[in-house]
Amino acid sequence: MAIPRQPMPEQPPEVRRHNFDEVPLGYTEELAIREAQRCLQCKKPACVDGCPVNVAIPQFIEKIVERDFEGALQIILGTNSLPAICGRVCPQETQCEKYCVLAKRGDPVAIGRLERFVADHVRIRLMRGEKAPLPPTAPPPGAPKVAIVGSGPAGLTCAADLLNAGYNVTLFEALHEPGGVLVYGIPEFRLPKAIVKAEIQALVRRGLQIVTNAVIGRLYTIDDLLNEEGYAAVFIGTGAGTPKFLKIPGENLNGVYSANEFLTRVNLMKAYLPDAETPIVRGKRVAVFGAGNTAMDAARTALRIGAEEVYIMYRRSRAEMPARAEEIHHAEEEGVKFEFLVNPVAFYGNERGWLQSVRCERMQLGEPDDSGRRRPVRIAGSEFDTPINVAIVAVGTESNPLIRQTTPDLQVNQWGYIVTDDMGRTSKPRVYAGGDIVTGAATVIEAMGAGKRAARAIISDLQGKG
Amino acid sequence: MPNKILEKEYLAENVVSMWIEARQIAKKRQPGQFLILRPGERSERIPLTIADVRAKEGAVRLIVQVVGKTTRDLAALEAGEYVRDVAGPLGHPTPIKHYGTVACVGGGIGVAPLLPIARAMKEAGNYVVSIIGARTKGLLILEEDMRAISDELLITTDDGSYVRHGLVTDVLRERLTGKPGIDFAVAIGPVPMMKAVANLTREAGIATIASLNTIMIDGTGMCGGCRVTVGGRVKYTCVDGPEFDAHEVDFDELQRRLNMYRDHELHQLEACKIGLAVR
Ligand SMILES: Cc1cc2nc3c(=O)[nH]c(=O)nc-3n(C[C@H](O)[C@H](O)[C@H](O)COP(=O)(O)OP(=O)(O)OC[C@H]3O[C@@H](n4cnc5c(N)ncnc54)[C@H](O)[C@@H]3O)c2cc1C
Ligand SMILES: Cc1cc2nc3c(=O)[nH]c(=O)nc-3n(C[C@H](O)[C@H](O)[C@H](O)COP(=O)(O)OP(=O)(O)OC[C@H]3O[C@@H](n4cnc5c(N)ncnc54)[C@H](O)[C@@H]3O)c2cc1C
Ligand code: SF4
Ligand code: SF4
Ligand code: FES
Repeated sequence: MAIPRQPMPEQPPEVRRHNFDEVPLGYTEELAIREAQRCLQCKKPACVDGCPVNVAIPQFIEKIVERDFEGALQIILGTNSLPAICGRVCPQETQCEKYCVLAKRGDPVAIGRLERFVADHVRIRLMRGEKAPLPPTAPPPGAPKVAIVGSGPAGLTCAADLLNAGYNVTLFEALHEPGGVLVYGIPEFRLPKAIVKAEIQALVRRGLQIVTNAVIGRLYTIDDLLNEEGYAAVFIGTGAGTPKFLKIPGENLNGVYSANEFLTRVNLMKAYLPDAETPIVRGKRVAVFGAGNTAMDAARTALRIGAEEVYIMYRRSRAEMPARAEEIHHAEEEGVKFEFLVNPVAFYGNERGWLQSVRCERMQLGEPDDSGRRRPVRIAGSEFDTPINVAIVAVGTESNPLIRQTTPDLQVNQWGYIVTDDMGRTSKPRVYAGGDIVTGAATVIEAMGAGKRAARAIISDLQGKG
Repeated sequence: MPNKILEKEYLAENVVSMWIEARQIAKKRQPGQFLILRPGERSERIPLTIADVRAKEGAVRLIVQVVGKTTRDLAALEAGEYVRDVAGPLGHPTPIKHYGTVACVGGGIGVAPLLPIARAMKEAGNYVVSIIGARTKGLLILEEDMRAISDELLITTDDGSYVRHGLVTDVLRERLTGKPGIDFAVAIGPVPMMKAVANLTREAGIATIASLNTIMIDGTGMCGGCRVTVGGRVKYTCVDGPEFDAHEVDFDELQRRLNMYRDHELHQLEACKIGLAVR
C-alpha cells in the first residue's frame, strides 16, 4: 500500500499562540525515511524544474532512504547554501512540490520538510559536538576582492558561491545584524534566529568578512567601493525594504505600523522579550491589512504579544491570498480571523493622536486585471466602522532610494528597481544586482537563485579580464 | 565593530559631549547628517546628530541629552569604553550655500545639531545670526562654540536666569525687523519652538528649514516609523530628511508621534475599554 504523506509534528495551536518557539517541530529520522520512501526517483524529475535553484531532489532523497544524511546534505549544498532556511520558508506548493508527479493524484513528496530535516540533522550533530566542523578556510592570497551589499538571501548566496570559487568576499550590511528579512522580518516561531546565525557563521568560517552598520550609499558609495576600496566587483542585494502605506486619512496615527516596523521591533529588536528595551504597542484588537507572508507573520506575532483579537483584512478573496498555504493554515488554527473583500478607507483616532477605529468598505470581485486576478470593486454604501487599537499595514514594499540616489549611472526602472540582464549584470560595469531590489518583493529562494547567477557572471567576467 | 569613546565631558546637567572613533563616518559626514547608535548589546537604536568631526583623528562628536534609558546608558560609558554599534552618516546634508544673512535658531539640546550647520553657513560666506536658548542658565550649551562662528549671538533663557528673559522666538521676532535683513532660517529644537519659528518666518516670507527629531529604528528607510507629513505628503525623516521646509511640516502630528511611547502605558489602560464587537 502506498505510504501517505507524513505529517510534521507541531506545537498545538492553543499552546503556540502564546510563545515564540518554532511551530513545526521537524521530522524524526523515522518519519523522514518513511516520507523519502514515497519518492518515485523519476528519471525526468519535474520537481527539480520547479525549484528556482534546481536542487538535485531525487538524489538527496535517495540518500535519506539510505540513512546517509550527511551525503544528502552535500548534494543539497551543491546548489543551495541555505537548506535549513529554504526547507522552512520556500512556498513549496508553488515550486518544487507543485510539479512532483505524485501531486497529480494525491499529495506530493514533502520535499521542503525533507530538506529541512537533512540540514537540521547535521547542524544539531555539529552543535552537540558529534561531528567535527569543517576547518576554517581563508581565501588564497591575492584573490580578487568582491563586495556584497546587503546580507539577505541574495547577498549570502552570492557570497557563498564566490567563496567557493576562491574569492576574497566582504559583505556590507546596514543593520547591526546580518540576515536581511530572515532576521528582521520572518519571526522566530517560523525561522529560529539561531538557524540563520549558524548558516551565516558557516560562511564566516569559510572566510567571509562581514561589516555591519555599513550603510552603502552613505558610508561608502558604490563608486568608493570600486575605485577607492579596491573591490573588483560589487553585488547589490539590498532588498525591497521600503514599506508602502495605504495612503488613506489617519495613517500616521499612533498605533498604525508598517509590517516592517512591527516585525523589526519584535524580531530584530526582540521587543517580545520581557526585558527588551525597544517598546511596542500591544493592541487588544489588531487589524492587519494585506494577505501575504508578511501579513500572516504580523498577525501571528500580534497574537503572541498579547492581542485578544487579530483580523486579517484583505480586499480580495481567499483564493487570491498570496501567502504560503502553511502560513494561512497556521494563522487560522491559532485563531486569526479573516475578513475578505474589505478595503480600508480611513483611520480615526482620539485627540491625543491614538488610533481608535478603522472605516472599511466592502468589495466584490469584478473583471480580471493585468495579473489575471479578478479586480476588487467597491460596493457603494457598504462602509462600516470597526474599533481597533493597532493597525499593521502589510500591502507590499518598494525600492529603497539610498543606493539609487548616490549612484547616478545605475539604471533603474520606473519603480526604482535596478535593471539587470539575466545574469544580474547592471548598466554599470563591475556592478551586479539581484533579489528583491531587482524583481520587487519575491521569495527567499528566488533571491538566492539571483545571487547564484550573479556569482557566476562575476566569476566569468573577472576571469575574462584575466 | 564597536567604536571607542575617546573623550567625554559634561556640558550641562544631563548633557554630555563625546568624541567617538568612527574613521570612515568622519571622512564622509557632511553638516546636517546624523548617525544611529546602540550603546550596548541589548539597547535600542537611537539617532544622534554628528555635532562635529576631527577628520584626521577619525573621530566624531556627539552631544547627547539624557532623556530616557538609551541616552542614560550611553552617557554612563566612559572614555576608553566602547559603543556597541554606530551606523552613519545618515540623512541628506544641509543645503549649505550663500544665502546672505542666515538666522540659526536653536533651543535646548537643539543647539548641538545646529552648531555644525551654523559653522558651515558661516564658512559658505553667510552673515550668521545665531539665536540660542534654554530653560535656564545651567542648561544652555555650546555658547562659546556658537559665538566663535556667529556674527551675532543672541541668547535667551525661559526663566531669565541668563541674558534675555524669554523665548528664542521673542528675540527672533524683534530681529526680523533688524539689519541686515534675514534671508534664510534654520530651526532646531523642541517641536513647539520649531513650530513657532516656522509661523514667524512664514509671515515674514523667509525660507526656513527645520531638522526633525522623530522616533527612528533602522534609519535606512525600511520601517516607516519616522514618517512625517510635509506639504500634505508622507516623508521618511531618515532618508528624505532630517531637514524639511519648516513651513510645510505638520508639527502637531510630529509631536503626537513623539509622545507615542511616553503615552504608551496610559493608552494600554484606555485600550481595555474599547468595545469588543466587530462592526
Ligand atoms: C515578513 C516577511 C515574510 C516573508 N516570508 C517569506 C517566506 O515565507 N518565504 C519566502 O520565500 N519569502 C518570504 N518573504 C520574502 C523574502 O524574505 C524576500 O523575498 C527575500 O528576503 C529577499 O532577499 P534579498 O536578499 O533580496 O533582500 P533582503 O532579505 O531584504 O535583505 C536585504 C538586506 O540589505 C540590507 N541593505 C539595504 N540597503 C542597504 C544599504 N544601502 N547598505 C547596506 N545594506 C543594505 C538590508 O538591511 C537587508 O539586511 C518574506 C518577506 C517578509 C518581509
Ligand atoms: C535626526 C535626529 C537627530 C537627533 N540628534 C540628537 C542630538 O544630537 N542630541 C540629542 O540629545 N538628541 C538627539 N535626537 C533625539 C534622540 O534621538 C532621542 O533623545 C533619543 O532617541 C531618546 O532615546 P532614549 O531611549 O534615551 O529615550 P526614550 O526612553 O526613548 O524616551 C525618553 C523621552 O524622550 C522622548 N523621545 C523619544 N525619542 C525622541 C526623539 N527622537 N526626540 C525627542 N524626544 C524623544 C520620549 O517621548 C520620552 O518622553 C535626535 C533625533 C533625531 C531623529
Ligand atoms: S530550495 Fe525550495 S523550492 Fe528548491 S527544493 Fe528546496 S524547498 Fe523546494
Ligand atoms: S517528482 Fe516527486 S516523485 Fe518524482 S523525483 Fe521529484 S519528488 Fe520524487
Ligand atoms: S527610521 Fe525606519 S524608515 Fe526611517
